[in-house]
Amino acid sequence: MMSGFGRFTHAVVRTVPRSLAKEALRTGCLEVDLLKAQEEHDKYVSVLKHRLGLEVLELPADEALPDCVFVEDAAVVCGDTALITRPGAESRRKETEAMKAALTELGLSIVEMTDESATLDGGDVLFTGREFFVGLSKRTNQRGAEILADAFKDYAVSTIPVQDRLHLKSFCSMAGPGLIAIGSSEAAQKALKIMQQMSDHKYDKLTLPDDLAANCVYMNLPGKGHVLLHCTPEEFPESAKVFEKLKDHMLIPVSNQEKVKVDGALTCCSVLINRKKNI
Amino acid sequence: MTTEVSSDGEVKKDEEKTPEDQQQTHTPAEAAQEKSASVEAESGQEACVSSPPAAGGQKKEKTISRFLPPWLKRQKSQSQDKPSDQESVELKQEQTDGGGEQTEEKKREEEAEEKKREEEAEEKKREEEAEETSVGSADTQPVREEKEGESELKEEQAVIPHEASVLSALKLNKKMKMVVCHVTLLDGSLFSCELEKRAKGQYLFFQVCEHLNLLEKDYFGLSFKDNAEQKCWLDPSKEIKRQIRNSQWQFTFSVKFYPLDPSQLTEDITRYLLCLQLRQDISSGRLPCSFVTHALLGSYTLQAELGDHDPDEHRLDYISDFQFAPNQTKELEEKVVELHKSHRGMTPAQSDAQFLENAKKLSMYGVDLHHAKDSDGVDIMLGVCANGLLIYKDRLRINRFAWPKILKISYKRSNFYIKIRPGEAEQFESTVGFKLPNHRAAKRVWKVCVEHHTFFRLVSPEQSTKTKFLTLGSKFRYSGRTQAQTRQASSLIDRPAPYFQRTSSKRLSRSLDGAPVVSVCDYSQAAGAGENGPPLELNSDSKSPQVEVVQEPDADAATSISSETAFETDGAGAPERKSKLRVQGENIYVRHSNLMLEDLDKTQEDVLKHQASISELKRSFMEATPEPRPSQWDKRLTGSPATTLRMQTQGSAEVKPEVNGQPEVVEVVEETVVIEEIVKPRSPAPEASVPMETECAAEVKEERSLSSDSDSEEEAEYHAQPPCTSISTQQIKEEPEEEQEAEHTQQAPPSETESQPITETAEPTLSAEEEKPAELPEEEEHTDEPLATPDEAPNGHAHHAEAPPTEEEEEPHIVNGSASRVEAEHLPQVICCSEPPVVKTEMVTISDTFAAQKTEISTKEVPIVHTETKTITYEAAQLDGHGEGEPGVLMTAQTITSESLCTTTTTHITKTLKGGLSETRIEKRIVITGDSDIDHDQALAQAIKEAKEQHPDMSVTRVVVHKETELAEDED
Repeated sequence: MMSGFGRFTHAVVRTVPRSLAKEALRTGCLEVDLLKAQEEHDKYVSVLKHRLGLEVLELPADEALPDCVFVEDAAVVCGDTALITRPGAESRRKETEAMKAALTELGLSIVEMTDESATLDGGDVLFTGREFFVGLSKRTNQRGAEILADAFKDYAVSTIPVQDRLHLKSFCSMAGPGLIAIGSSEAAQKALKIMQQMSDHKYDKLTLPDDLAANCVYMNLPGKGHVLLHCTPEEFPESAKVFEKLKDHMLIPVSNQEKVKVDGALTCCSVLINRKKNI
Repeated sequence: MTTEVSSDGEVKKDEEKTPEDQQQTHTPAEAAQEKSASVEAESGQEACVSSPPAAGGQKKEKTISRFLPPWLKRQKSQSQDKPSDQESVELKQEQTDGGGEQTEEKKREEEAEEKKREEEAEEKKREEEAEETSVGSADTQPVREEKEGESELKEEQAVIPHEASVLSALKLNKKMKMVVCHVTLLDGSLFSCELEKRAKGQYLFFQVCEHLNLLEKDYFGLSFKDNAEQKCWLDPSKEIKRQIRNSQWQFTFSVKFYPLDPSQLTEDITRYLLCLQLRQDISSGRLPCSFVTHALLGSYTLQAELGDHDPDEHRLDYISDFQFAPNQTKELEEKVVELHKSHRGMTPAQSDAQFLENAKKLSMYGVDLHHAKDSDGVDIMLGVCANGLLIYKDRLRINRFAWPKILKISYKRSNFYIKIRPGEAEQFESTVGFKLPNHRAAKRVWKVCVEHHTFFRLVSPEQSTKTKFLTLGSKFRYSGRTQAQTRQASSLIDRPAPYFQRTSSKRLSRSLDGAPVVSVCDYSQAAGAGENGPPLELNSDSKSPQVEVVQEPDADAATSISSETAFETDGAGAPERKSKLRVQGENIYVRHSNLMLEDLDKTQEDVLKHQASISELKRSFMEATPEPRPSQWDKRLTGSPATTLRMQTQGSAEVKPEVNGQPEVVEVVEETVVIEEIVKPRSPAPEASVPMETECAAEVKEERSLSSDSDSEEEAEYHAQPPCTSISTQQIKEEPEEEQEAEHTQQAPPSETESQPITETAEPTLSAEEEKPAELPEEEEHTDEPLATPDEAPNGHAHHAEAPPTEEEEEPHIVNGSASRVEAEHLPQVICCSEPPVVKTEMVTISDTFAAQKTEISTKEVPIVHTETKTITYEAAQLDGHGEGEPGVLMTAQTITSESLCTTTTTHITKTLKGGLSETRIEKRIVITGDSDIDHDQALAQAIKEAKEQHPDMSVTRVVVHKETELAEDED
């Protein structure tokens, strides 16, 4: 189960809607430059598609869903199973429809979160290759986590309280097999501690000065090895330096300056899938 | 259903029995009491004397029943079938106690109706009472000796840990009773073999392993179902018979310790057996996995059992006989076949290895789940595994305590505790408590923890040190080889790979292991059921507090000052002891539980509620008492008895002002295992900061139980003492690490310190009682001393009863779902070496010397709803022999039993004629059966109130509250 960690063949992304600039949910109150955001996103998709050779499925934007570019929250895919979530923000619930259709098309076995009391944002789900950590945040509740545990029975699912941050992955992500990228803030460190306590496995950690920089996209691709999409030195110079120390990784800095204003991190913008021929 | 009932019956029987034992044993104590002998001495005596019979109770019955004609046995089972039939219980006790005479009697009465039996029981009781009353101090000695002799006769039943082997050896020669037992093997086949009845678990286990040609046997074990249908591991070091009790001689061979890395097993046959176990686990749902994993594992099963896929032979339906998943779909079967095809060329051994490689990664692999509740009463699951303890809520992991993180594992009553090593930033340990459905469940999870920790974490099992500092606490330790040892041993295996037949698992795997299937998916429901549901639970739960009220018009309180003490063993051989004290003339016993003891994890709210009901109880009692002393009541009732290790004798200071000593005795027992981390091999990340060194668990006991009355005391005295490592090291060394179990030990008299607390329970009360009428003021002092001493002795510190009766309960520092730890700083910490074994008994005694005005009350006046009525009339002659200064002649004795939903009230009315005065004594025993859901205090209060109302012209003279916490029937 661990050996294939980070191996992906497909990615699902979604075009940035114009409504993002004004209507997308955000914890801060920053102005988003729509054009810049679209540009940023195009580059991101281009990296996946051209640089990494993933088969990218690009869903059209829905103006009624200003946050729809952040596809990660709509589905959790692990192996051949896709859990269609029930996003915590009511305005985002409909984002799952297009996602479900796309994943069905990809031949994944779909599990839906029909329970009205459950909420789960994919941004709260950290899959380490060995287990799941689910952040209990404003967007994700216990019930949602339970349904996730039910959908992925092979794995332990541990819940991690998330405070002061939107999502669990607002300050952490996987940067390699058994390597957790984690921010330096107190909240991040506390969450890491809990994760370590909850786990039977031992993880290495990559501590980054900036919480937001700790959200990176790891892949293990045939012919390319460890690939890491991470923050640019322009955004987080100190954190970028830390990433640069990873010698075994193919490092790809990806700008995320605009989307971050609406709490979009690097992992938020794609759902990565591994579709093998057999199993 | 039958089993339940029978277990219930046993419990009661034992209860009944013990009093007798104790009565007799106590007599000497009484004598000694005149000189106000030290309690220790007494308790020592008593321990010696009374323990063995108590322990043997269960056994005795069995043994005797062996000699009974079949019809008798049949009857017994009949009686067992009657729920809450106290008479039958008493009878059984009689059987056991009565010896030859009883048996003969029984033989006489061919029909031996229950009534009759009960009569016997009654008779016996009467006799004893009479004995007690009439016996002067001089008389007591012989009586006691007799008793001792008796107990010696029964020695074979009373297992003394140290002598157990010797005894069994002796017995081996005496009688070679053989028994056939059946073991269900992992492939579903049945292995039968004949065993000597007293064979130890090991013997059977080895037989099975030999049959299987298994050398790497340490990962496996035999289990059986107890009365409550709970799966229990057979302890190899103990007699099978003692462990299974009344259950069938049917066992299941299964994996006990799931190897973390099955590829490290030496032999294929071991891996094969592990595969079989896992197939069961998977198909039963105990080991949840995804569709893909079901398919993959299923395909390896096919490859191992059928070999390469043969398109001609293997059509699609060739696998329909296999059970790959709890809910097998056509889709899954198709997938399995598809994958099976891809395994072409794989040998069975390789397939098994692949199977294991995939299965071992499953998150629930090797996790032994137990239903529990957290401090807030939320249903959770405790998962014991190789790496530590996992906490699940619904299907989510909400916490995890790796072994290196755990300092101490303990259980007390139905609570299970782990003490957590302080984190980097923390200075103090914290203790996390969980509430198990009952005491046995708590003990079971404790044992499983002890075993897993030892097996996976230690290099070698804890060595039994002969230094016995204190022999309290369960002696249970894992006695087998650890994983490290078994690996080493396996590496020496030098034999050609044994041939073995891979039998098709097919679908029979389903029912192989009857263990309740607890899949992570549905355990919430299961947990719920476990809690409230089956009456079975209630019974096995042993949480059946008893309330016994004795009302007496103190006709001649002054004249008759005899007391009978009852020593009861609870639940089949369980270490539960109770003392019953009766001062003829005046007393009320209320046997009950929660009254004085508050659950450790009660919330503030609970405490308040509890207080309320206590006050109610107090009120109702005080109304009946001539000299109400509410304040005393308050103090005592709220006092937390559990502060000291074993029992709380709180009353000492407070008793003084009372006219009559009203010593309260509460025992609290806790079982503890101190985990000693010898070396930290692979300390997981969180523990990284812990230096690699020999770490000893600090044996600091936090007394968080009950109310803070005691807490504050504790704190005052021991707070200064930090959990210092050096001390703890010593303590650890001194920890008795015997393979024997606490229960056994308890029951075994002389060697066990454990018996002491129990004895003490009775002692102080007794002393108070004895001197009652004559010297009231002094008596209190007496009471005082003995009460204090027991506490001091074991703990090395005095326990002052003067502590302010703070009612607040300690903050539950239970960490659930978060890693935060409440610092134990404010908590009272007591350094102690080992904890009292198993206290299942809590007793509150309230006595009052109120001379009754009413001298004559006919039994007819007793307005009671009877469901059963039995009357026995004795001849005066029968009693003559006993009465020395006691001119009383027993006129009538009547026992009435009425039942309601959760209470069984036994009213015992005796009418005695003493020098022209007729004295009627009513003893009410109210057994409140039920789980913790019942408000016992309220029930007790109600009971007293009712008793008062029913007999307005009688005085309530004594209330003894007695709680039977759990019956540790699983003492194995």
